[in-house]
Amino acid sequence: MLSRVAERVYWMSRYLERVENAARLVAVYSELLLDLPEDARLDWSVALEILGMGDAWQRTGGTESELGFLLTSKNHNASVLASLSFARENARTTRDIVPSEAWRTINELHMYAVKNLPSMVQRPSSPVPAEIVGRCHKITGILDGTMSHGPAYRFIRLGRSLERADMSSRIVDVAAAILLAGRDEIHLHDSTIWRAVLRALSAYQMYRQYVRRRILGPDVLEFILHDADFPRSIMHCVQVLEESLHKLPRSEKALNQVSALEDRLKGIDLQAVDHQVVHQFVDELQLDFASLHGVIFKTWLNPMSAA
Amino acid sequence: MSKTKNITIDWSSYDPGQAYDDMMDGSGRPRPAACELAAQLGALSPKELRDRQLAAEQAIVETGITFTVYSEGQNIDRAWPFDIVPRTLGRSEWETTEAGLKQRLRALNLFIDDVYHDQKIVKDGRFPREILESSKNFLPACVGATPTHRVWANICGSDLVRDKDGTIYVLEDNLRVPSGVSYMLENRSITKQVFPELFARQSIMPVDDYPAELFNMLVSLSPRPGDDPEVVVLTPGIYNSAYFEHSYLARRMGAELVEGRDLVVGDDDCVYMRAIEGLTRVDVIYSRINATFLDPEVFEKESLLGVPGLIRSWRAGKVAIANAPGTGVADDKVVYIFVPDMIRYYLDEEPILANVPTHQCANPEILPWILDHLEELVVKPANESGGYGMLVGPQSTAQERAEFRHIIQKNPRNYVAQPVITLSTVPTVIDRELEPRHVDLRPFILQGESMYVTPGGLTRVALRRGSLVVNSSQGGGSKDTWVVG
Repeated sequence: MLSRVAERVYWMSRYLERVENAARLVAVYSELLLDLPEDARLDWSVALEILGMGDAWQRTGGTESELGFLLTSKNHNASVLASLSFARENARTTRDIVPSEAWRTINELHMYAVKNLPSMVQRPSSPVPAEIVGRCHKITGILDGTMSHGPAYRFIRLGRSLERADMSSRIVDVAAAILLAGRDEIHLHDSTIWRAVLRALSAYQMYRQYVRRRILGPDVLEFILHDADFPRSIMHCVQVLEESLHKLPRSEKALNQVSALEDRLKGIDLQAVDHQVVHQFVDELQLDFASLHGVIFKTWLNPMSAA
Repeated sequence: MSKTKNITIDWSSYDPGQAYDDMMDGSGRPRPAACELAAQLGALSPKELRDRQLAAEQAIVETGITFTVYSEGQNIDRAWPFDIVPRTLGRSEWETTEAGLKQRLRALNLFIDDVYHDQKIVKDGRFPREILESSKNFLPACVGATPTHRVWANICGSDLVRDKDGTIYVLEDNLRVPSGVSYMLENRSITKQVFPELFARQSIMPVDDYPAELFNMLVSLSPRPGDDPEVVVLTPGIYNSAYFEHSYLARRMGAELVEGRDLVVGDDDCVYMRAIEGLTRVDVIYSRINATFLDPEVFEKESLLGVPGLIRSWRAGKVAIANAPGTGVADDKVVYIFVPDMIRYYLDEEPILANVPTHQCANPEILPWILDHLEELVVKPANESGGYGMLVGPQSTAQERAEFRHIIQKNPRNYVAQPVITLSTVPTVIDRELEPRHVDLRPFILQGESMYVTPGGLTRVALRRGSLVVNSSQGGGSKDTWVVG
């Protein structure tokens, strides 16, 4: 399999995962804003932080609204619309590999987003994000159900799992940061914020089912970071990464990275940490994700030396 | 002709005028190769005819058979224009044509090898040195190279036309990156869906062998014989108008479809592709990129399509490239004039297929006559393809002729003039009727260790009434081509 093709399906999958997560985040976040009193001083800048677009927005000097920047900006390649365009372009250039039904669905999703995202800037609590999430699920389902689970599919899973783990860690990080800021008004709403974290990861129902306790920060962290069975937990993503890597040629280096990542995850006791420690820990995780991406890139997506 | 309850096609109103019609002879009877087809068509009502045409168009959209046109700053994938009425050719006439095409390609390959080595044909005074020296497509970087089997043009698409009296002429030989073969294959598979009954009733030569023949030919070029050679198709990418074909042929041959950036030349001068298994040696490149974009170290410095060092690797015999770089020297409408002489010179044979009588604008004795007779002539640039930049005299305006007079005088070496050939016609579905439309034919000829010619080829049809321009980029369509007998 050509490295270029592997790279394209990998990025297609990362961008689709990003779109799905961002859409879910916007839906949950717009509700959270309604739940919190005005003096809690939360605004869309926090959502931009989660998506790693905060600095870029600052640099625009406020010419676009924060939500508009997040959803539809053409000037930042991480906006939902831009991510979707990249996903589509990567799918379009691998039409021989990706099942044609998946390509059609991605193309339709793109057309839907172009048409409907602009209106969402005015009305974030619209049905549009739910529709986008639903269509992303459909694409995941088509790929899972109709594409051979060979090398190309392994790169799709790698891209998806890495992006998902990264996003889960960012959401945890920002929640910690809000609470860490330590304004008393916010602390009154601890559980509201942790519930929003769970919902932003579609984890609320599963958390209730498996943790069976009222919502407490350490338990939520435990669930999002360590639960091996929940598909959006970081531990689960790491295990999927490991599984997919095992079946690829020349995967020793990447597998070493993953096992170091797993050790780091297991090495933290989340019942006994404060927000500052969480923040630092997530920073380290993010560096691990970035270096794992680097190894994947060097090993398979852009190999420079002979086997 | 059988009649049904419906009103059927009325052949008596079918009038090809001056042109030779490939289906009907001058007295309104079908030619031998077309008898079954004419009878079958005759039994269809206009509605049935229309329905079958729509079914074919639907199949094309559903299968995604497209070509790309660049328009208003955007690339648009268009459905491939196809007419359901096949073009028929008799078997014995075809056998002669096939022999003529092989003869021609053999001579062309000897010519190319000669001009990059001893240039005997020039020394013997049989080919003018100044034409070679002024050729844009003579690549000094290729001098002295010896491709496998000393064959440079491994894939050739020659355009054939039939004049009023039925004579078949070679109009040009496309030796750089001839395209269209995938459409020939797809046209056949659609026709089988539309007229399955006709394939059962008579013997129509199959065309499906082409991908296997192409693959075998490419394998025969490998610098590492015996091994299982790695063959790749090199495409400029998805924005190229023939991308559909590149991807189609790669799939049908089971070869990897690569872009320039997928390849790298190692310190050992071998070509490798970047694959997830690591760098993997490539033995044969079926290149669909113009030679001058292949290697930025040697040719176009700005080319992003190519692979730095590729020509070095090729010259060192570490990789085969089909067609070989430099082949374009023989794909020149001035060089074309000399092909019959090449056949006599290299093969000591008389040409089986005729050239269209062609005049060099560079000849000062003929140029004034050409300039005075533009209205009766077709004037073509020596190095363009796709029907661009040419003047069809009888269909031109006085202003267009004035402009051409000017540009020819500015650069006479770059132009040739030919009489207008009244291309033969084939019945074509226009609305619900069959009307004559002009066609040409592009067979594909392979030469590696051995030779192969597609039975028939791609018939292109000018869909506008009276038009002689068949290129798909200029509103042309296509037909399946049957060698019957």
